[in-house]
Amino acid sequence: MTPPSQSSSPDPRPAGRPAVGPVAVGPAGVEPIDAGPPAVELRDLRVRLDGVPILAGIDLTVRAGEWVTVIGPNGAGKSTLLRAVGGLLSTSDAVRLFGTPLGALRRRERARVVATVAQSPVVPPGMAVLDYVLLGRNPYIPPLGRESATDLAVVHEVLDRLDLTGFGARELATLSGGERQRVFLARALAQGATLLLLDEPTSALDIGHQQEVFELVDQLRRTEGLTVLATMHDLSIAGEYADRMVLLAEGRIVAAGTPAEVLTEELLARHYRAHVKVIPGPHGPFVLPTRPHHP
Amino acid sequence: MPPAGMDTASRPAGLRKRWLAAGVGAVLVAVLAGVSLGPVSLPPGSVAVELLNLLPGVRLDSGLSEREIAIVTELRLPRVVLGLLVGGLLALAGGAYQGVFRNPLADPYLLGVAAGAGLAVTVVLTLGVGAGGPLTGLPVTVPLAAFVGSLGAVTMTYLLGAAGGRSRSPATLILAGVAVSAFLAAGQTYLLQRHAESIQSVYSWLLGRLATAGWQDVRLVLPYFLVTSLVVLLHRRELDVLSVGDDEAASLGLHPQRSRYLLIAAASLGTAAAVSASGLIGFVGIIVPHLVRMLAGSSYRVILPLSLLFGGAFLALTDVVARTAAAPQEIPIGVVTALLGGPFFVLVLRTARRVLT
Repeated sequence: MTPPSQSSSPDPRPAGRPAVGPVAVGPAGVEPIDAGPPAVELRDLRVRLDGVPILAGIDLTVRAGEWVTVIGPNGAGKSTLLRAVGGLLSTSDAVRLFGTPLGALRRRERARVVATVAQSPVVPPGMAVLDYVLLGRNPYIPPLGRESATDLAVVHEVLDRLDLTGFGARELATLSGGERQRVFLARALAQGATLLLLDEPTSALDIGHQQEVFELVDQLRRTEGLTVLATMHDLSIAGEYADRMVLLAEGRIVAAGTPAEVLTEELLARHYRAHVKVIPGPHGPFVLPTRPHHP
Repeated sequence: MPPAGMDTASRPAGLRKRWLAAGVGAVLVAVLAGVSLGPVSLPPGSVAVELLNLLPGVRLDSGLSEREIAIVTELRLPRVVLGLLVGGLLALAGGAYQGVFRNPLADPYLLGVAAGAGLAVTVVLTLGVGAGGPLTGLPVTVPLAAFVGSLGAVTMTYLLGAAGGRSRSPATLILAGVAVSAFLAAGQTYLLQRHAESIQSVYSWLLGRLATAGWQDVRLVLPYFLVTSLVVLLHRRELDVLSVGDDEAASLGLHPQRSRYLLIAAASLGTAAAVSASGLIGFVGIIVPHLVRMLAGSSYRVILPLSLLFGGAFLALTDVVARTAAAPQEIPIGVVTALLGGPFFVLVLRTARRVLT
């Protein structure tokens, strides 16, 4: 993988929302019909934690450059799926990244391929923004060595690109929620990985900052050719940005397709047990919660 | 090296020259004060010349008598050097434990590590295992026993602290350390009660042995000091990576458990060596790394090397206080560090409240 400073490959797809065809859901898995190299391939992914099955046979392919968002009620296994793709769980050969079985990648190799923005990243007390973003270069720094001039150049370039110039010496803990989220993204970008995993990355942000972060990610995936696999609770925002969505319930994929195909009142009522109204929008449908019984 | 034109504020955390100079300066001041001050006060200038005479090829007239030279080289210098080694090890181990456990209150004593070493050494002294070692008055098995005791105690603390599962907080680990320390201290008391003839030798060791330090003690501790310092300092950048938590550290390409076990083993080895040479001297591992953190920065790339230097200087200077404050009587050095450490611990507790909750 090339670091961001060296990855100037053009957007592999035309501007605007990419054309993604209908999907097939069933035993064969969830496959986008248009061609393109697979970034993530999950084949019968099963995960048990403390003896409890969390993922019960997931089949999914995410093509390079796609934005796929996994949705589902609490406990559906969304975060576990991301942890499995990120190599944090033992999954034998059920996960392949860019054609290579996850298990065949050494830790540092894997960290150059896939970067994660966690749901609630730890903010180390007293750590400056520059040092935090520099942690993203860990896969490139020799285990007992120190950062090179290239590593520092990459970090400064990422800070510039994310409009964080001048924040390097600031203490991370003193930043606002939106600024902090940009720093978390900056660390992930500094890894130079082309697969970005976002685990409910904006759950602590107000709607303005949520939009700011997702616009930034969308822009980056177009300019950097990133592949995005995300989990989200806000279904309207999820539908607004994702090329495809996957609905997970009780560890299985129960629906997959374009946002309009997945965000239906019937599916959401069945799997979320929620009363919602779905209104068509210019990019994706809007999901509005409604009260089941008006007094 | 930072790219050309990069200002100081945009450089990553690292040991700045002025702090390195301050650390080395503190060590030199501690050596000079430690060797000059005592029941027989010696002129610092003459002491400095006599210390230079220890360098190969240097032969200067210090103006000291032969008796005074013997005081410098045979009595005080080994005591000061042992203080530097023990203080450096305790502070380095404290800083490493704080990083490994991501806990600002972690310290060789609060984690029960020193109590583990203490019980193991008491077993050796009361049961006479391996008595009569060639290097020291203490049995040769003391450092080994202390290491086994240290590792056993820190393992117990870690397992007990982890029993809370995901709900555990940094305070849980410290409470586990307190429980383990109490348990081990009970074992120690029982042993002493059963072997009353050993009480005096064990207590003289427990209260700190810098007073009787000789070059043989320095030779005993030095290899442990070198190994511990080398391992911990070489892995100091990994402690910064570990500070974001195991999952994120793993996603950054680190093997968190491997790094953790290695650093715990190294820090426990250092603590064991310090305890076997000097008895129980508390709070160095919490005072020094926190002072460094407050003054020089929170990166472990800064904290650990400076803790080594300032920890050594701190203990050597504390020893000066211990032997001069109530002269001709000596106050046990562990009492002095506890008097300083108690209030400091309260200060740390207040600043770390947010982390702990």
